[in-house]
Amino acid sequence: MTAAPLLSAFRQSLGEAWAGGAGALLPLGFLGGAAVLVPLGIGSDADTLRAVGPGILWVALALSSLVTLERIFQADAEDGTLDLWLQAGAPVSAIAAAKTLAHWLSAGLPLALFSPLLALMFQAEASPALLVNVGLYALGSLAFFFWGGVGAALSATVRRGGLLISLIALPLYVPTAIFGALAMSGGPGSTGAPLLLAASTLFACAVAPYAMAAALRLAAD
Amino acid sequence: MSMWSAFANPLKFLRLSDWLAPLFYAASGLCIAWGLWQGLWVVPKDEYQGGDIMRVMFVHVPAAWLAMASYSALAVASFIWFIWRHELADIAAKVIAPLGAVWTALCLATGSIWGKPTWGTWWQWDDARMMSVLFLFFLFLGYMALRAAMDTRQKAARAGAILAMVGALNVPLIKFSVDLFTSLHQGASVMAAGGPKMAAVYLWPLMISALGHSLLFGALVMTSMRTEIRDRRTARLRAAALEGGGADA
Repeated sequence: MTAAPLLSAFRQSLGEAWAGGAGALLPLGFLGGAAVLVPLGIGSDADTLRAVGPGILWVALALSSLVTLERIFQADAEDGTLDLWLQAGAPVSAIAAAKTLAHWLSAGLPLALFSPLLALMFQAEASPALLVNVGLYALGSLAFFFWGGVGAALSATVRRGGLLISLIALPLYVPTAIFGALAMSGGPGSTGAPLLLAASTLFACAVAPYAMAAALRLAAD
Repeated sequence: MSMWSAFANPLKFLRLSDWLAPLFYAASGLCIAWGLWQGLWVVPKDEYQGGDIMRVMFVHVPAAWLAMASYSALAVASFIWFIWRHELADIAAKVIAPLGAVWTALCLATGSIWGKPTWGTWWQWDDARMMSVLFLFFLFLGYMALRAAMDTRQKAARAGAILAMVGALNVPLIKFSVDLFTSLHQGASVMAAGGPKMAAVYLWPLMISALGHSLLFGALVMTSMRTEIRDRRTARLRAAALEGGGADA
């Protein structure tokens, strides 16, 4: 095994995600747009917004992962790049993980970094806790991207696969979303929740690449 | 391995299910009828559980049991197909999914009907069992949607097997997280305490109903599998005929 295919898969995905629009600004615009709709939809009451704010950001992160992942493997399956990855001599699971990681870096991590600003818009108190939340959002969104990647790999040859990815991946997002929201609730049990969040992310990182690899071999047939 | 091979023979399956399926239908009809008769007319109503509405239990609990059992069966069939590529296992997985989804929906619907008069709400986000069953329903839907989206039978089988196995790995985690989520929101649930605490007068009709539903599920799976086997055979024959016709022309 050599690392070269992994690096080039990573670079290619990063380049695609960066070039396919305004770089990281496009996912940020998506997040901003989704978040701005919420006060319009549920009203501008400060207490309500403060209560739902962290949850809205989790939902927006989940949606963002689904929207950006639709083409991650589909384009490769269409133009034959996928066949080259399968012959590259590196484990397919590692290539899939590298591509997913690149997409997370361009469409997941920026959103997590941006989250304190949105939290303030949702009437949260400015405190160091917002910076802790950045880490939690980053950790949780990584799990979202890996499970979403499984959906994307399974529907790589399906037209309009985006809707299918949502249906496949959403039940898999449940534990991460629950642990993440719990960690930010400040209520009972929230002290151990970050560890559970990390565990669910590790589980996703451990299992999803193999499922993606099996699905990609199928897509290449 | 040899055990699976015996089960993997479609002809043997057709011969076996030819008499087993009708037997299952008859037995399930008897069990369900007896369970419903006991449940609807014979057993005393439990005022604490909402009076007469608690009789929906004799459909609700068997449906909940089958919701879980059918997803397990789906995962096992997918695993067997993925490892040994026995076509019957894929046929089983394919027909189990819609049937399992129907029983899962039945469980959700009867649960809501029971919940409204007793808890005063159709749906409670704080209840772990409701949430788990709902996510199970979505797993079934995703599985069926994925299979339907694939353009060949072989691809549908492979994609479905991968998804069913990933889903099965996640089910314990989903269950754990939902339990945690709900245990923090409310104390002990007000729902009926099940199992050994239940009076024998309820337990027996419930067990027989569950057996009846399981037998019905098994019979429907066998019938659908027989249909699917013949569908595939028809497709193969038609393809062969088309090829032959092409050579003639």
